Amino acid sequence: MNGDQAMRAHSATLPGPVFDDPAWVTPKSLSESTVAIVTSAALYVSDDEAFSATDTGYRLIPRERHDLVLGHWSPNFDRAAVALDLNVVYPIDRLEELASQGVIGEVAPRHVSFAGNQPDDVSTIRLDSGPRAAADLRADGVDVVILTPV
Amino acid sequence: MSVLAHVFEAAGIATIVLSSVREMARKTAPPRALHCEFPLGRPLGVPNDPAFQHDVLARAFALLDEPSGPVLVDHPTVIEAEDAAPLACSLPPRFDPSLPPAVDEARGLRKAYDRARERHGVTSVGRVVDADGVPGALAVLHAIAEGADWKEAGIPGGNTTAVCHDIRTYYEEAALELADGPAPGGRAVEDWFFERTEAGRTMLAARAAIRDAGAKFPVWFYMTPGQR
Repeated sequence: MNGDQAMRAHSATLPGPVFDDPAWVTPKSLSESTVAIVTSAALYVSDDEAFSATDTGYRLIPRERHDLVLGHWSPNFDRAAVALDLNVVYPIDRLEELASQGVIGEVAPRHVSFAGNQPDDVSTIRLDSGPRAAADLRADGVDVVILTPV
Repeated sequence: MSVLAHVFEAAGIATIVLSSVREMARKTAPPRALHCEFPLGRPLGVPNDPAFQHDVLARAFALLDEPSGPVLVDHPTVIEAEDAAPLACSLPPRFDPSLPPAVDEARGLRKAYDRARERHGVTSVGRVVDADGVPGALAVLHAIAEGADWKEAGIPGGNTTAVCHDIRTYYEEAALELADGPAPGGRAVEDWFFERTEAGRTMLAARAAIRDAGAKFPVWFYMTPGQR
């Protein structure tokens, strides 16, 4: 079993929170939508606060900032990917291209980064930091988010 | 990620998750998920391949047309971490035989690391040591591997996970600057570090020594990927 297979097998055994009566948003046309990235790679702009090992908060990434540091504490994934090509984790250039082509309406002015290693009950991101991050994006007029896991 | 999708959707934002663990996406049932069986750490699949990344995004955005959910769709391409080419990166020759091999090696990689940092304008080294501190941090791990008491050895920041992050990231950023050929596979840079470099061998030996000295699990386990 290679490292990815071992991690996937382990992750599949973790508890999955159940959401009763989950929300469903009927989106407007993609070509009129403002799109943001939400990643769990613990990326942060180089002059922002680093992620601690048990960080349940989030960092905002301004659209124009590409000087991102990998703040994730897990050694169990391809940590070189960000240095190899930021877009394979955080596809900001791809969104810019889609906006210039008119496929999406706008690229959001700010994007969001959490750390993927969360406590098993995920209560803080569910009840506190997650809703706050969503409110920040709503204030920016964001209609759609694409979530990229690490 | 699937939990955050529910949270953001409840706030009025439509969401699409690029799932990396299919069973978790099935259990947590976010509104829209495109499962991507790609190397972990590469949610868009292929580095330096804008066409492939656009294909992933197009399939993800297409889920916005679904009238109801939850929707869980598989990307048709499966990429195993071992599928792509291994990292081809030569190491500097031994320069100062009076130094532990890993310390000498780290010094030899400094110019490549500096070029990488200059080119990217940023580095992920610096959690507890910067590039100047990497050879000294390796000297500490070398001493632990040789039998020094890990509690007295002077681990930078007192944090084994953080110092190993800085050492490994220094090597990996330098290696990508030196390597030729196509983008390495999803575990190829890790394989190169732990199986080809003196620093990787030293880190594994120090980890085993700390474990065997009876340290608590988190102190030694997260120094390297779990399967090592």
